[in-house]
Amino acid sequence: MDFYLTALLQGLCFSGLALGIYISMKIFNIPDITTDGSYTLGGMVTAVMLTHQQPIYLTALAVLIAGGLAGAVTGLIHTKLKINALLSGILVMTALYSVNLVVAGRSNIPLIGTASLYSAISLTENANLNSLVVLLMVVVVLVLLIGYMLKTDFGIAMRATGNSETMIRALGVNTDRMKIIGLALANALTALSGFLITQLQSYADISMGIGIVIIGLGSVIIAETLINWRLITSVWVSLMLVVIGAIIFQMVLAFTLASGVDANLLKAVTAIFVLLIVSLPRLSLLKRND
Amino acid sequence: MIEVNNVTKIFNRGKANEVTAVKQLSLIIPAQEYVVVVGSNGSGKSTLLNLIAGSTFATSGDIKLDGELVNRSPDYERSRWIARVFQNPLSGTAPDLSILDNFRLAALRTKPKGLSIGTTEAFKKLVQDKIAILGMGLENKVQQTMGTLSGGQRQALTLLMSVMDECRILLLDEPTAALDPRSADLVMRTAEELVKTFKLTAILITHNLKDAFNFGNRIILMGEGQIIKDFSSEEKSNLKQSDLFEWFS
Repeated sequence: MDFYLTALLQGLCFSGLALGIYISMKIFNIPDITTDGSYTLGGMVTAVMLTHQQPIYLTALAVLIAGGLAGAVTGLIHTKLKINALLSGILVMTALYSVNLVVAGRSNIPLIGTASLYSAISLTENANLNSLVVLLMVVVVLVLLIGYMLKTDFGIAMRATGNSETMIRALGVNTDRMKIIGLALANALTALSGFLITQLQSYADISMGIGIVIIGLGSVIIAETLINWRLITSVWVSLMLVVIGAIIFQMVLAFTLASGVDANLLKAVTAIFVLLIVSLPRLSLLKRND
Repeated sequence: MIEVNNVTKIFNRGKANEVTAVKQLSLIIPAQEYVVVVGSNGSGKSTLLNLIAGSTFATSGDIKLDGELVNRSPDYERSRWIARVFQNPLSGTAPDLSILDNFRLAALRTKPKGLSIGTTEAFKKLVQDKIAILGMGLENKVQQTMGTLSGGQRQALTLLMSVMDECRILLLDEPTAALDPRSADLVMRTAEELVKTFKLTAILITHNLKDAFNFGNRIILMGEGQIIKDFSSEEKSNLKQSDLFEWFS
């Protein structure tokens, strides 16, 4: 059972990443894969700051700024140099690998006896349950903040930027600036996932972010399937579903491992799982047309 | 007032497919004039409109809006003066956003979009009252997404959206080209009414010679990037519809 609790915790940690991908992919319609780099950056900054006895709140702030900068660079390359978004993301992600090594000074930082967000509040004896409460609070705050932002005038302009660029430019919005802000926000959220995971597993590693983008994509696609299936229009519910998508994703992986699948095959299983979720709605659509 | 002074626009300069879309064109449109621009495909009408709107910059020449030089300011800055209705009904609205959200953005065309919630009950009421003018029964569907509406409905709403905020210049780029005759008629009438009520300076590009004849108080014929004919209000009223058809034969 503890196995699934860990999966739940990981799912909640990854909800920042999933919300980030939701913002870049669904709201801005930009395929951004800076993710792998900005997630590791979040983890490395966390490990370095915490091992240097910095307080949690300052660490969180530094992580958000670092991730935001990474996203803003991708945004600048994409909008100002008119380079394809995927390529911009790959360029920044690649460069971030070196940045992360420089930040960390080595490829792996264990966190022993350092401050942790999860021990900041202690409600129960059980460390896992305590972490669960902390993570739930973090995720609720994230969803509330992002949900509120998307409902403001600025948020509507954001959604319109990914939806009808000609229209929103004619209505006085600098779409380049908007995309840069959007990618900065998305990657700040991704870095926050690195912050949460690093403290959960008590170490940061240079390869922690390899292929992590698939978790965000998978979570968003699960959410999207549910959104289309239930015809959901509410912003809040959509964001909640993205978080639930991230949890479902981790649960499926946990179940796969528990059922005895070789851990080496985990990435293949992940890819096949995402393929399944993507293709399921299409398959059922075919049937309806018959 | 719109001033276009000796403007030339060359696409793909120096390449094999170089095209001069607008050639040393000068045009002054005083405030509150409603100009209809006609001309065959490739005559430079749309390029002229895009140059005025700032979607594309002139190769040479000056463009002034209300006396202010705007040569290098992009479309999102010129939106301070200009509201636009596009040929494609999909371009003027955001399909996945609700009617209300679309109107909210339009109401902020000349203002910053801040971090406060503007789609209040009061704003909703205002939008409902505006939409009721169209008589399409859309006033009770403001939470519906734009994408669920027909092209005609979207185009009519785009027009209304243009006067949600302070507007001095209205650019209509073949707004009825994709519409059925009834919707087209409604859109043209709405445009006429808005231009009069809000004392707008307007440019209408159209291929519909009947519309060109019925609407506006000045008509311009373009060809090969230049103005071939320019009839003022008085001259236009003396024109017969058959004269217009002759221009194209």
